[in-house]
Parts: sequence; structure tokens; C-alpha cells
Amino acid sequence: MTHSYLLEIGLEEIPAHVVTPSIDQLQKRVNDFLTDNRISFEKITKFSTPRRLAILVEGLADRQEDVEKEVKGPAKKIALDKDGNWTKAAIGFSRGQGVTPGDITFKELKGTEYVYVTKKTTGQAIADVLPDMKNVIEKMTFPTMMKWADYSFKYIRPIRWIVSVLDDQVIPFSILDVQAGNVSQGHRALGKLVTIANATDYEKQLNTVFVVVDAKKRKHRITDQIKKIATDQNWKIQLDQTLLEEVNNLVEYPTAFAGHFDKKYLEIPEEVLITSMRDHQRFFYVRDQAGKLLPNFISVRNGNREHLDNVVKGNEKVLTARLEDAAFFYHEDQKHSIDYYVEKLKDVSFHDKIGSMYEKMERVQVISQELGKFIGLNSSELADLNRASQIYKFDLVTGMVGEFPELQGVMGEKYALLANENPAVATAIREHYMPTSADGDLPKTRVGAVLALADKFDDIGSFFAVDLIPTGSNDPYALRRQALGIVRITRDQKWHFPIQELQDKFLKDLHDHQATFNLDFKQNENAVLEFIKDRVRQWFSQNNARYDIVEAVTKGTDSDILDMLDAAKVLESHKDDKNFKENIEALTRVLRIAEKTDLEADDSLIDPKLFENDSEQNLYDAVETIRKSAANHTINENFQALQSLRPLIDNYFDQTMIMVDDKKVRDNRLIQLSVLAKMIFSIGNLKELIVK
Amino acid sequence: MVKKLAVQDIILTLQHYWSEQGCMLMEAYDTEKGAGTMSPYTFLRAIGPEPWNAAYVEPSRRPADGRYGKNPNRLYQHHQFQVVMKPSPENIQELYLGSLKALGIEPLEHDIRFVEDNWENPSMGCAGVGWEVWLDGMEITQFTYFQQVGGLEVSPVTSEVTYGLERLASYIQNVDSVFDLEWGHGVKYGEIFKEPEYENSKYSFEESNQQMLLELFDDYEKEAKAQIKNGLVHPAYDYILKCSHTFNLLDARGAVSVTERAGYLARIRNMAKDVAKAFVEERKELGFPLLKDKNRKKEVTK
Repeated sequence: MTHSYLLEIGLEEIPAHVVTPSIDQLQKRVNDFLTDNRISFEKITKFSTPRRLAILVEGLADRQEDVEKEVKGPAKKIALDKDGNWTKAAIGFSRGQGVTPGDITFKELKGTEYVYVTKKTTGQAIADVLPDMKNVIEKMTFPTMMKWADYSFKYIRPIRWIVSVLDDQVIPFSILDVQAGNVSQGHRALGKLVTIANATDYEKQLNTVFVVVDAKKRKHRITDQIKKIATDQNWKIQLDQTLLEEVNNLVEYPTAFAGHFDKKYLEIPEEVLITSMRDHQRFFYVRDQAGKLLPNFISVRNGNREHLDNVVKGNEKVLTARLEDAAFFYHEDQKHSIDYYVEKLKDVSFHDKIGSMYEKMERVQVISQELGKFIGLNSSELADLNRASQIYKFDLVTGMVGEFPELQGVMGEKYALLANENPAVATAIREHYMPTSADGDLPKTRVGAVLALADKFDDIGSFFAVDLIPTGSNDPYALRRQALGIVRITRDQKWHFPIQELQDKFLKDLHDHQATFNLDFKQNENAVLEFIKDRVRQWFSQNNARYDIVEAVTKGTDSDILDMLDAAKVLESHKDDKNFKENIEALTRVLRIAEKTDLEADDSLIDPKLFENDSEQNLYDAVETIRKSAANHTINENFQALQSLRPLIDNYFDQTMIMVDDKKVRDNRLIQLSVLAKMIFSIGNLKELIVK
Repeated sequence: MVKKLAVQDIILTLQHYWSEQGCMLMEAYDTEKGAGTMSPYTFLRAIGPEPWNAAYVEPSRRPADGRYGKNPNRLYQHHQFQVVMKPSPENIQELYLGSLKALGIEPLEHDIRFVEDNWENPSMGCAGVGWEVWLDGMEITQFTYFQQVGGLEVSPVTSEVTYGLERLASYIQNVDSVFDLEWGHGVKYGEIFKEPEYENSKYSFEESNQQMLLELFDDYEKEAKAQIKNGLVHPAYDYILKCSHTFNLLDARGAVSVTERAGYLARIRNMAKDVAKAFVEERKELGFPLLKDKNRKKEVTK
């Protein structure tokens, strides 16, 4: 006969976002516990609500499996005396293992015979092992831990009860002063205490006290209820999965209901309404069939339908108060000009050590113009970019963004349009924050993309300039995300972004415009370069690029992000070419020798008169041809041209001794190889490639 | 439906209820402060091993929240009903729900939720874990298990329940503006507080003497530090509260730049930490008189 075991941890309300990861963790820990303890089972089911994490294990064996383990003892010559009797060592060893010397066998190990016994551990009845579930519970970890009463033990929230039953028997243990038993608690308002008579009855029993313990079923129920309301009302609703997950973990017994607000509030920008409903109140917003936002919402109560009108009225009242506030800010904000807000930014700190938001905008104005010209924006785009960069943070000091910080940029766009700014300017203000997450949307307009790049580059540069450099998991200003944003935008726009070259340009411009504000951008310049390159690597690894190729292209001499991405694509596409291995070996041979010299890789320093054989002349001619046209060719073409040099390089090394005594001849050859190496390095450090 | 209690009836009901649960009824503390947590009946008493159960109304001044008496929900000064119990009782959530029932709010007729909200007051070196309590979508209570007070890790843990009295009353009396609340005997909240709201807002935002406030802050700080040195914990703490309120006035006036802001908060925090340590020392010298458990006393006084 098999058994079922139910474990329920009853807690004060767990934060909604912690519920799902915690039950997954508990399931894994229970699974590991059973496996480690040699208890076989058929199935584990998980249950979770805001107030409980529960696991049901079915098909449990009666006992742990028996195990036999061979244990090695002393060497045979120590175990037996010269008369062949067991020594004290042998007797002691066997006693220690719970056997008698009669159980000893001998086995050879590396030429010496040793004593062995086979130790048998008989599995215990599971009822004797399961009390150790206590440790499973105690070992759980959570993102925030708290203590309570006079205990020093920390947990996600106070533990209030524990149910631990094997079939119909309590498996006792205690944590702090909570004694595990068979009594669970129902819904706070609708329910009562309930005895779990049998482990397998758990779900059914909890249902009688108004708790839907299966999170999946609860979510289904919410979804069905919401869809029914939407269908009945002829509303369109897009079920926000993040919100649904959160709501699901805020209720034990869900009942969806609809509410409304005065349609006069629809004059407020939609984003504000949605933020109020979704983020602040956890409501689902609804649209009509044409897609227009409606003055209605759907929410979910933790309870049944009784007295639902109270709940509806209360929720409507709260939303109305919020929208009234929003309407107030919306009107107040429009009483002032954009310039008024920009002026206020002088008093807003970007960061204590860096300076004001206004100063930041001045820097970004300078570097965004430089970047815009470099990228080739036309004059009207440059004009829009210039205007946008003068004002793009102004909404931070509006009342609405003060109240709804998550609407920064969005409100900037709205207010800019209301103030008759060019739509391109308004859009750039919104887009400069993009992407807001690792896979968030990217700016769509060119002006917005340049402003986004400039703003991010300034973020990174200025934090590095004051030594606030991310380390390990410590990246409080999300600079890694900013750098990854730069990589993604340049790739998306197919823009060249030579980091080093741009750093020089920007710095010069900032100095020319006296816009450095005493920040020393120079000191950590290299760290900035490496930091952004690291994000290029991250981008590659997220896109499953081959590790050695990534290393090669990010360790070359070209700091252009787009080139690195292209070079990787080129190497990837040629890695299966015939002779790829030989070609790369020839090129890396050049790199290795060139490393040995500090001579400048300047082709004008090569003197063909010093050549002593045809192979030198041939290589020289070929390299010069490639070098002269390199700028007009794609990375792919240049790489293929370099690959094609292989016979010439092989021939060169066959016929030419580099390290000859004659210094002039030797240097001439080293310069030749350095010139070639420089061309190779511009694609990447091919030595990093692993060729087989 | 909920019986329409006047504000003073709500206070009386809560006082009566929490007194029955073992809380001492304290009076509001007479120095300006931003929240009931800053009353010495919470801040100081949450520190150290002694048990403490208290409930009181705390008028709380937040100059930057003043709206000249024009916003229906935002106030220069609002009222909190504060309950602190240490060590936190095992059934504190049920006790809280019981208080709502005492006010006529039947959990069965509403939607009451505990939504995660971890509380922090960096300027006082305080942090806690807990929830905001939603009544049909409205936040009516802040519920916190203190973890750190004055920079000290607490043991035992105090549970703090803070009701926003105006919010709660607005719900109970079903009014949209706090000024329409009935305080008692037919007198409206607005008839008592509208003018002070206007005047205090005007004062905080427009008329306050910045120079004087800046000097006061420095003087109060000096005095607080001096009294900590003298071992006079309570006068020192009063001056820290004065620093905090003076800073809030300066902040509302826009007289503090963002950079300076951090500096001021750090100054207050440092004093709060010092006074917290001094308070424990003082109580220890007195032999933790409120600690009745002999074994525990022996353990913590050695």
C-alpha cells in the first residue's frame, strides 16, 4: 500500500510576487528531501495562496529503501596478526561498522589487500523520517526575511500554523511555538478552522472553507469570471498576465466584479488612467470593440458575491479620488510653460556627486548633436534633436510625474504636444528612456534613438567619471541596462558606434562648450569602453553566439559596436569554410610574430628594396592592395581577402627568416607583418578562435 | 451598512478596544512630529528588551503635504491612531480585524486585504516589514513589524498598527472630503481644521522665515547632541524631533537642495542612532523595570 503526505505552512499574508517562486522552491526542497532520504513516491502536487504554501506527495513507499554500502577498513596485514588472528584494529573497525569480524572480506586496492565490510542500512518507516520536514521548512529562503515576537528566527512572514499529515495521522514536529497538526485555517472572513482528516482530502476540505488552494485553478476561475463580465458588457479586455498573476496571489477565494468612473476623467491621458487602475488599484481596464478606453474596470474581490455592492462602491470611490488628483495635476501642469519647468531642473539633482539634471541636459545637448552629425541626421532632424535635448527631462518636475513617476517621458510627450512642440521632439522625449528593460521596446524614430544613445552614454560616462562604477551585483543606477540599451539601439538602427572615437569627440565638444561641469571623463575612459564591450558580450551570449567568436571580435582594435556585431556574423558564416582552419592558423601566425615588436605598423616604413625573395614582394603587393581598398569594402570582403592571403603567408614563412641578424632587414619584415596584423586585428583578435 | 460614527466616536471605540487588548492609553506627545512612529512611546519604547503595549492618537504634521485646505484628502496635519505591541502578539492580525468589527466594519461585508508594503524611515534609522491594509481598495492602515529602530536591530519585535483616522472616518461616514467629516456633536472637521490648514500651508510654503529655521536646525542639533552627552535621553530626543520638524518646514519651503537634503537627513539619522543607544543604556542601568520575566532580565542585564 502506498501513502499520501500533506504539508501546509500557514503564514501571515505573503507578498504576492513571492508566492509562486516560494511554492516552487518548497516543491523542489520536498522532492530533494525525499530523494536524499531514499523515499520513493509517485507524484508531488503544489498548492499556494497568499496565506499558505502546501505540498501533497502521493504514492509514497512504506519505508526508506535499504542500502548496502561497502566500507574499507585497515590493510590486511594490520587486521591479522602473524598467527592469522584478528587484531584489535580489525575488531574495532568491525564494531564501529556494526558488524563482527566474521563479516570481513579482503580486496586488493593498488597492490595492497584491505579489509572490507558490507554495511547494511535498513530503511526506516517514513513516519519516522517525515518529522525532518521541519528542516525543509526552516531552510526556505526568501527575498526579504523578517523576525517577529521574541524569536530570532527569520522567515518571509510569521508562521501561524502547520499541517503535517501522513494519510490520516499527524506527523508531529514544531517550529518555534507552532506545533504541526491536522488543523488548517479557512478564508479570513468566510471560512473557519478545518480538520484535514486525510492528506488527500486537502483540496476538497479547503474548498469548503472558501479557499481555492490550487493556484492554477484559482487563476482559471478569475480568468473565466473576468471574461464573462467582459462578454456580457460587450467590452474588450486584454488580460495582463503580470497583473493576473499578482491578483491571483492576493486572493484565496476570487470573485470578479465590474465598476465604473465618471466619463469626464477620460480627458486625462489614457496612460494615467491605466496606471491608476492597473498599478495602483490592481484593476483590469477595459475598452470598447473599437479599442477606445472605457470608464469602467474589472477587479477581483477576495471573497464571495455577498455584499458585493459595498466592495464595488468602495473601489469606485478610491479610484475617483485618484483620478480627481490626476485631473488636478493635468490642469495645473498645463498652466506653466516648458521653459518654466526646464528652469526648475537647475534645482533638481541628477546625482549628488555629478550635478543637476539641468547640467546633464546641457551635456546631452552637446553630445547628441555630435552623435547626430556623425550618424548623418539631416538638418531638420538635427534641429528637432537639438530642441528635444534642451527640454527632454522637463516633465520630471511636473505635478503629474511627481505623483506618477512611472509616467516620466510619457507625460513629457503629451505636454510637449500640448505646448505645440514638433511631434518629432515630443516623441523623442518619450523614446529617450527606451529600452526600459533587457528586451524592452526600442526607439522607433531616428531623433529619439540618438537622444536615447546620448542620454545613456552620458549616464555611464558621468557615473564612471565620479567612480560610481558597477561591481558584481551592485548596479544601483542600472548602468548595465543602459549599456545594453546602447548595443541594442545601434544594432537596430544599423548605426556605427565607435566607442573610442566617440569618446574623444564628445570630450572635446564638452570642453569646447564648457559643459563638463568639472567632471573628469578622462580618468575612467577605458573602463567605460570595457564596460560597454561587456554588454556587447552579454548581447552575444543572449543570442547564442559562439564564445570564441565573441571573444575574438570584442578583443580586436575596432571599438565600433556595429562592426563587432558584423564581424561575429562574418566569422560565424565562414567557420565551416574549406580551409578555414588553415587560413586562421596562417593569420594568427602573423599576429604572434607581430606581437614581438613595438615597431609602428606604418606601411610607408616598409622598404621593398630590402626584400630578399619573391615571397616578400608578393605578400607586400597583396597586402597593399587589400589595405588600400579596405575602407570601401565590407567586413566580409575584407575578411575573405585576408583569408585569401594564406598561400602567400605560408610561402612567405617557408622562404623568409624573420629574426635575421641584420637589423634593417629584420625590422623591415616585422613592420610588414605588423601592418598585416593591424588589418587582422581590426576584424578581431583571431587568436581567440578555437579551430579544429 | 456601517454605523456613522463621528471621528471622536471612532477614537473612543479604538481606545476602548485596544485598552481591552492590554494596551495602555497614552496621550499625544507634545512635540511636533511627522508620524505617530516618532512619538517616544513608539520610537524609544520599540528599542530594548522591555515589553510595551500602548495606543494613542497622534496629530502628525507634514508641511509638504499641506494643500491650503483645498484638497479633499491631503493635509498639513492629519491624525493617526497608533497601536504598538511588543513583543508582537501571535494574533495581531486578528486583533486588528477585531478593531474594524468594533467600528462596525464587518469583514464579511467588505474586501479586506493585506498588501505588501515594507516601511522605512531612513532619517530615523527605522525599517520594518508589513502591509498596507486595503478596505475595498482603500488604504486605511499601515501594519508593520519593526526590524530596525534608530539603527538598532530590535528584539523583541514590536508590531505597529497605524490607522489613518481621516481616511478611515471618510469611509465610515461616507464623505468625499475630510472637511465634511463630523468630528463630534454636529461640528464638522472643516469647521475646526480648515483655517489652520490654510494658515499652516501658507506659512510653510510662503511665509516661514528660512534664515530662522536654518539657525534653529543648527541650534536644535547642537542641543540634542549636548544632551545626549549629558545622558539626558528624553530632552535630547525632543530636540531631535524639533530638528526633524524644522527640516520638514525647510523642505516644504524649497529651501533645501537635493544635495543638502541628504546631508540633513544624515544628521538627523546620526542623532537618532545615538539617542537609541543612549536609551537602551539608560534602561539597562535602571534594570529594565518593565521586564517582568526574571530569567530574561538576568540574561539581558548581565
